[in-house]
Amino acid sequence: MPKRSYNKTPMREQAPEVRQHNFKEVALGYNLQEGQLEASRCLQCKDAPCILHCPVMIDIPGFIKQIKEDDMEGARKVLNRYTNLPAICGRVCPQEKQCEMVCRLGQSKKFEPVAIGKLERLVADWSLEHPEESIEITHDKGKVAIIGSGPSGLTAAGDLAKLGYEVVVFEALQTAGGVLTYGIPEFRLPKQIVQKEIDQIVAQGVKIETDMVVGKTITMDEIMEDFDACYIGVGAGTPHFMGIPGTDLTGVYASSEYLTRINLMHGYEFPHYDTPLQPAKNVVVIGGGNVAMDSARSAKRLGAETVTVLYRRSQEELPARVEEYHHSVEEDIQYNWLTSPVEYIAGDHGQLVGVKCIRMKLGEPDESGRRRPLPIAGSEFVVPADTAIEAIGQGANRVMLDTFPELATNRWGYVQADENTCATSVPGIFAGGDIVTGAATVILAMGAGKIAAKEIDQYVQNKQVTTTV
Amino acid sequence: MFKITERTALTDNEYQIWLEAPRIATKAQPGQFIILRIDEQGERIPLTICEADASAGKLRIIFQVIGKSTAQLAQVKTGMSLLDVVGPLGKPTEIKNYGTVMLVGGGVGIAALFPIVKGLKQAGNRVITIIGAKSKNLLILQEECAKYSDELILVTDDGSLGRKGLVTEAMADVLQREPINQAWAIGPSIMMKFCTKVATQFNVPIYVSLNPIMVDGTGMCGGCRVTIGEKIKFACVDGPEFLGAEVDWDGFIQRMRQYHPEEVTAYQAYQVKQVH
Ligand SMILES: Cc1cc2nc3c(=O)[nH]c(=O)nc-3n(C[C@H](O)[C@H](O)[C@H](O)COP(=O)(O)OP(=O)(O)OC[C@H]3O[C@@H](n4cnc5c(N)ncnc54)[C@H](O)[C@@H]3O)c2cc1C
Ligand SMILES: Cc1cc2nc3c(=O)[nH]c(=O)nc-3n(C[C@H](O)[C@H](O)[C@H](O)COP(=O)(O)OP(=O)(O)OC[C@H]3O[C@@H](n4cnc5c(N)ncnc54)[C@H](O)[C@@H]3O)c2cc1C
Ligand code: SF4
Ligand code: SF4
Ligand code: FES
Repeated sequence: MPKRSYNKTPMREQAPEVRQHNFKEVALGYNLQEGQLEASRCLQCKDAPCILHCPVMIDIPGFIKQIKEDDMEGARKVLNRYTNLPAICGRVCPQEKQCEMVCRLGQSKKFEPVAIGKLERLVADWSLEHPEESIEITHDKGKVAIIGSGPSGLTAAGDLAKLGYEVVVFEALQTAGGVLTYGIPEFRLPKQIVQKEIDQIVAQGVKIETDMVVGKTITMDEIMEDFDACYIGVGAGTPHFMGIPGTDLTGVYASSEYLTRINLMHGYEFPHYDTPLQPAKNVVVIGGGNVAMDSARSAKRLGAETVTVLYRRSQEELPARVEEYHHSVEEDIQYNWLTSPVEYIAGDHGQLVGVKCIRMKLGEPDESGRRRPLPIAGSEFVVPADTAIEAIGQGANRVMLDTFPELATNRWGYVQADENTCATSVPGIFAGGDIVTGAATVILAMGAGKIAAKEIDQYVQNKQVTTTV
Repeated sequence: MFKITERTALTDNEYQIWLEAPRIATKAQPGQFIILRIDEQGERIPLTICEADASAGKLRIIFQVIGKSTAQLAQVKTGMSLLDVVGPLGKPTEIKNYGTVMLVGGGVGIAALFPIVKGLKQAGNRVITIIGAKSKNLLILQEECAKYSDELILVTDDGSLGRKGLVTEAMADVLQREPINQAWAIGPSIMMKFCTKVATQFNVPIYVSLNPIMVDGTGMCGGCRVTIGEKIKFACVDGPEFLGAEVDWDGFIQRMRQYHPEEVTAYQAYQVKQVH
């Protein structure tokens, strides 16, 4: 066996000069050879710590071993036991904060951890190219409604179908996938991959009804009447705004609108598609999470000459995935650390011409344990900009909740649900994903969907026992 | 899926469509809207539900051609289907007996006003309706508004029908004449802004229906944000109806222009394609 390399096997990527101008996927994936090389770095730990740090507890050494032994079919089988959306998680999981963070190989100073996410992607992509014969399952154990087709709802749907339930997913938009479809851009998560994973869930017998806004097109009462149980995974709602003067100027966006126009509505293909975006020369993005990175890198691809991210803390605190940050720097995205906007400056026609900013310093730690940024008086300066995109977070999605006041929510408007069971204040109604936790991650949303599927199964079976007795 | 059962030209530039959407038809209430998409490349177009026939499972919409998407919608034929129709969206109008109510509609806004006129009449109000347009042949829904109004005042800019002038002048006359408990105005932004001014002078609360640029219409994207009483609200979930006196009109009108150049490009390209 070759000597274990210190570094992860590199993944081929589109060159930064090229990819700045297209929306095609940046990371090109491993081939089988590269995958086997990387798989051979895994120590096959008996008490694998990586498993405990994966929210859905994938048998990581298990599937890696199969790759190494050139048994892709076996690797797929292992993954399928734990996840319905591996091609998605392999691409967008914040691995460095989860499975890879505790990888034993990476604990020794010289070695980087095993590239678990990239290996997961390899198996999943192989799996999409080699579809399995679907096994006929009878769906006669009961009827479950899923509200929202994001990763949380899709996971619950897939698991319940496998358990033998008739499952209907209601989705408000024209396309299923939630943030995977309208938020995360093509160059990070191709929509074709999302669609293929959704197709596999549909192949298990799940029915997806789009253009159905629960609470509006169909009420919760109707759902409770027709179904044995229901899972709410409606995700995040309207964006927050800084609320600084000039927010009404044309050219000031919330990242949600900006990214929805690009991804869901294909704004980057305007005028072939009808939904427009303003062409921009100088773009300022406010925030430091994945959403900010996605907005900045999309703006660059749409032709902006300069794209500047304003983040109020320092690089160390940046919440985005490290890989995305590195990619963005290669794509010539500029960063202004310890900087916050204070005003949008208007041109002659009510359009944005610049963002007035202030420098910050880090003070004492706040409730979150992170040092609180404080403005430095007199440090204002102006960044010229014709587009500003605020990516500072979102609230709870209220379109359904407003019509269903019986369901208990917390003071931020998120649904109250038991962490261990996803049960809510209303019997038979379960909830999980961003609508319970606030903005989190794909894999956490999926984890909740998995728990809910199990609990819903138990709930429906108990109910049937008690009602037939 | 969403079959078009009737398409009629009401004026040179305004069209009426009846379409099949049984689920929405049973739920629709005055003040609510749908979002439709004609085809895969299409925009999501918000349009008010002018009438819903629950037993036939149909919706009626009336729209004005102002850009590419509405021009394309005007071209649909009976029997064709729309790709997506979603709704009913937005908060319904609070229909109850207020006493005497005044309803003011301008241009295509009359289509959005009509279900409210009807609802308020059926709730037992004394209904005074004022509708206006540039000239006689552009004044839509006269007979239907008359049917559900105790008094109907017609106004045209050029005097070709009814009073000559602006709806705000007719409003002021009525407000001087008798007490009004609650008012509504739906039409172009500038009209609603001035209707608010007049009603406020007489201390009459007035609701307006805002139609900002929308994408999802389900409270996710934030594109429809409007400033109401110094707070940011979202027209698709908090509205579209708001108290006129609380609307930041200048900010609202400014944001409506956001995509002007791109929309003109799209419309021109579409018109060129239609000619060839
Ligand atoms: C731009 C962006 C980038 C991100 N990048 C990453 C990343 O790299 N890695 C990562 O792990 N996480 C990332 N996240 C976070 C992650 O996408 C979310 O945590 C996750 O999608 C939450 O899943 P969910 O199923 O709870 O909800 P969502 O994905 O939000 O899906 C909810 C669905 O419910 C639908 N819905 C809402 N109301 C109704 C209703 N009344 N009736 C019917 N349907 C309804 C919505 O239309 C939507 O489709 C990112 C988020 C964004 C916005
Ligand atoms: C809740 C709601 C209800 C609506 N109800 C109706 C209705 O019942 N009947 C109807 O005719 N229209 C209605 N509208 C407006 C309608 O949605 C727009 O006219 C349509 O989307 C324009 O599409 P377009 O591509 O043809 O024009 P675009 O190319 O999008 O726009 C052409 C020009 O009109 C401006 N514009 C864009 N949107 C609007 C708007 N909402 N109002 C005025 N000017 C605009 C643009 O800035 C641009 O300059 C409603 C809008 C909302 C939000
Ligand atoms: S799902 Fe995410 S956390 Fe789990 S193994 Fe895959 S990349 Fe790691
Ligand atoms: S901790 Fe790292 S080395 Fe150990 S089994 Fe997991 S991936 Fe392999
Ligand atoms: S249209 Fe997107 S939030 Fe209202």
